[in-house]
Amino acid sequence: MAQSEENAATEPTATDADAPLIEAPADTVAGEVVLRLTDVVKTFPGVRALDGVQLEVRAGEVHCLLGQNGAGKSTLIKVLAGVHQPDSGEVEWRGEQVTFANPQAAMRAGIATIYQELDLVEDLSVAENAFLGHEHRRFGFVRRGRMARHTRQILGRLGHGEIPPGRMVRALPAAGKQIVSMARALSHEARLIIMDEPSAVLAHDEVGNLFRIIRELTAQGIAVIYISHRLEEIREIGDRVTVLKDGRTTAANLPARDTPTRDLVSRMTGRTIEYVFPDRPTDDTVGAELLQVEGLTRAGEFADVSLNVRAGEIVGIAGLVGSGRSELLETIYGARVAEAGSVRMDGRVLRPGVGSAVRAGMGMAPEERKSQALLLGEPIYRNVTLATFGRYARLGFTDAAKERAEADRIAESLELRPRDVGRPVRTLSGGNQQKVVVGRWLLGGTRLLLLDEPTRGVDVGARAELYQVIRALAAQGVGVLLVSSEVPEVLGLADRVLVMREGRVVREAPAGELDENTVLDLVMAGSLMEGAPA
Amino acid sequence: MSDATPTPTATPERSQLPAQSPPVDPVETAVAGDKAASRGRLSWWRGDNGDGVKRNLGLVGVLAALIVVGAITKPDLYGDPNWVWNNILAILQLASVVGVVTVGMTFVIIGGGIDLSVGAIVALAGVWCTTVATQSYGAGGMIFTAIVVGICVGLVNGVLISYGRLVPFIATLAMLVAARGLAASISNKQTQVSSSTFINDIAARKVLGIPILVYILGAVVVAGWILLNRTTFGRRTIAVGGNPEAARLAGINVRRHTMLLYALSGLCCGIAAIMLTSQATSAQAAMANLYELDAIAAAIIGGTLLSGGRGTIVGSLLGVIIFATITNLFAINGLSIEAQNMVKGGIIVAAVLVQQFQFKSFTRLLARNRLTTTT
Repeated sequence: MAQSEENAATEPTATDADAPLIEAPADTVAGEVVLRLTDVVKTFPGVRALDGVQLEVRAGEVHCLLGQNGAGKSTLIKVLAGVHQPDSGEVEWRGEQVTFANPQAAMRAGIATIYQELDLVEDLSVAENAFLGHEHRRFGFVRRGRMARHTRQILGRLGHGEIPPGRMVRALPAAGKQIVSMARALSHEARLIIMDEPSAVLAHDEVGNLFRIIRELTAQGIAVIYISHRLEEIREIGDRVTVLKDGRTTAANLPARDTPTRDLVSRMTGRTIEYVFPDRPTDDTVGAELLQVEGLTRAGEFADVSLNVRAGEIVGIAGLVGSGRSELLETIYGARVAEAGSVRMDGRVLRPGVGSAVRAGMGMAPEERKSQALLLGEPIYRNVTLATFGRYARLGFTDAAKERAEADRIAESLELRPRDVGRPVRTLSGGNQQKVVVGRWLLGGTRLLLLDEPTRGVDVGARAELYQVIRALAAQGVGVLLVSSEVPEVLGLADRVLVMREGRVVREAPAGELDENTVLDLVMAGSLMEGAPA
Repeated sequence: MSDATPTPTATPERSQLPAQSPPVDPVETAVAGDKAASRGRLSWWRGDNGDGVKRNLGLVGVLAALIVVGAITKPDLYGDPNWVWNNILAILQLASVVGVVTVGMTFVIIGGGIDLSVGAIVALAGVWCTTVATQSYGAGGMIFTAIVVGICVGLVNGVLISYGRLVPFIATLAMLVAARGLAASISNKQTQVSSSTFINDIAARKVLGIPILVYILGAVVVAGWILLNRTTFGRRTIAVGGNPEAARLAGINVRRHTMLLYALSGLCCGIAAIMLTSQATSAQAAMANLYELDAIAAAIIGGTLLSGGRGTIVGSLLGVIIFATITNLFAINGLSIEAQNMVKGGIIVAAVLVQQFQFKSFTRLLARNRLTTTT
């Protein structure tokens, strides 16, 4: 287990050659090595997703994986979970060389994976989900009582004994569902639990609860691989960090708490910046009023919302998940029907329906890229031109060459990787998929852009690029209405900020007059929704 | 991955935006334009991604196998080129009516729906255009009636599904029952003989040695291919079937388009009704029985995804021709319809299995090739 050997195996890539490797002290974590990956390679059509990954995980530690979108984190998880098999390299699990032929094999060996999109069956109960595929049974009959007892016991271990094992998973909030996923992992006697961005679906106060559970798991000797884009989380919960870039390990076993942010970021990106927000224009460049929303209401979602966006202005909406912000955006866009109030573009009331909003010059990048915005099997260029292909058509006949050329231009300016616009969108990483969605509305005519969580699941480097794109659009006179649950993002990017809580706007101010704590207080006050109903 | 080297910093001047104003950097656009030009040199008739073509190769293989089986079982017949030519024409003629229906069905399935009522619509349109009253307007009136009836019934389906929010399966199942009922009621359960020689000649005549029905099938297939692959209508169809929410949020009128897809299917049924009436020189409420199953099966073995978003017209055509060839094969060998149906069932399963296998191995092959060329 010589630490130095591990580090020696990881070589810096050309772009960050001058940054010295950071040696972790050998005594950072106690516990034996349970998992060791050496030079793991995995290729897909046209992509070398993993190109020599080293990883070492010890029992009882929280090992964080850092990397941009497309760095290979998801592929690595899937290799460990038995979904993919490595092309070459060694996977050593508890001292033995292994290849997991399928997810069941990984499960049996004691590796459980909690994916970002939780793989629960919504219409089965908590207990049935926890024991899915390995139910307690006798003579082919499920032993429901025994399973419920066992589930209750596991949930108790997770500190959530109040979740009833018989409840349908559909009825649980996101945090509760995550607990059920963890219960499933524990039902398999997992020794290693992989968590892929577990905090992405959680509200602020629920993350603390998640961390408490993780600490209890590690105290029992269970190893956790924790993936997150949020550095502050990694500092709080992580023990050691391994950084991936372009499918390679660029740094292994860094101490999570003491490694300077600058170092981590530079390993991930080859850059030394973190959140870089473009400068706001100094002179008052905002133009005429573009969007006017008055008294917009939908029962149970939001009430009496009034706002306006002027040309060249970025207006940010801060609020928790469930504060009605996404619903508000979709209603403005015409995808939901308002019960009261009006939406005007250029002073004219919009007719209902997305079509009229698009014709009036609106464009939207919705919250869920895959399910709401993309045709995953279709080529990139067809996704870029999804809203505009009619404009390139003559007499109803599409012009593929023109569309490709336009999409190519967009891909060039957004630095889409890979650049071949004929590839299916499915093969792109999250950040690049988001660029495709935003790029769709850059193809002319869009004067008001509605962005719902534009950087969710997007890494630091691609984020900075997206911020630049958004600011540059505003500089061209496009109005932007931005929704994000990340307060620094709203404050850093927007000119003017609206704070929403429980469907109402509770504060409106220029971004410069607000700070993060003020906004967080406003957002959270009195709305501490408890995770699971007792 | 070699081009993935990131630019050192994201500086403001880098973010030249495309879009609104004319392109900023002349050099950049010149480069982009060059690339576009080289890519734009794709032949007009070629698809944009070769997947469909590869899948269809498997179907051609199945077709070849069927012909080999025919040649082995009836070597004397296959030895006669004259007979072979006539047999090919016979197979195409056999495939023509279902083929036209299948083109419409392919659009509906790619658009994320299903149309169980096609056989019933063919029957209703056939019966309606052969009533005494309609026949009094001559052949033009009959053709007009069949097509209008087809479109209208399709529109009813479409309105029920897209605006009434009925599940396509239910809506078209109801239409299947209702349209046959209406057809039986109009015809008074009698066979209505067509007295129009123009109509009857469509099936009886050949032009340049090829039956007119085959020309009609060819025209519908070509029109369908163009519509799917080269028009905004086709793009909307793929978008609506592939991800309706994304299509809606991109400003596509999903409901109207869904409605139009069923109307298109109805139009194809109207054309098929004329062809079938011409073949039988009559129409009755029981005609075109189970065409919906033939059309769906042909589309599925042709590689159309039942969940929508993917499919090809050529694949569907091959599917129809494969079925017609099986029927022909059994007929020349004097075997029963029962045995034929069993084999058809097996073919559906086998074709889908073969395609899946072939698709996977192809992607693997592709992966190897790409890597050796790029690294």
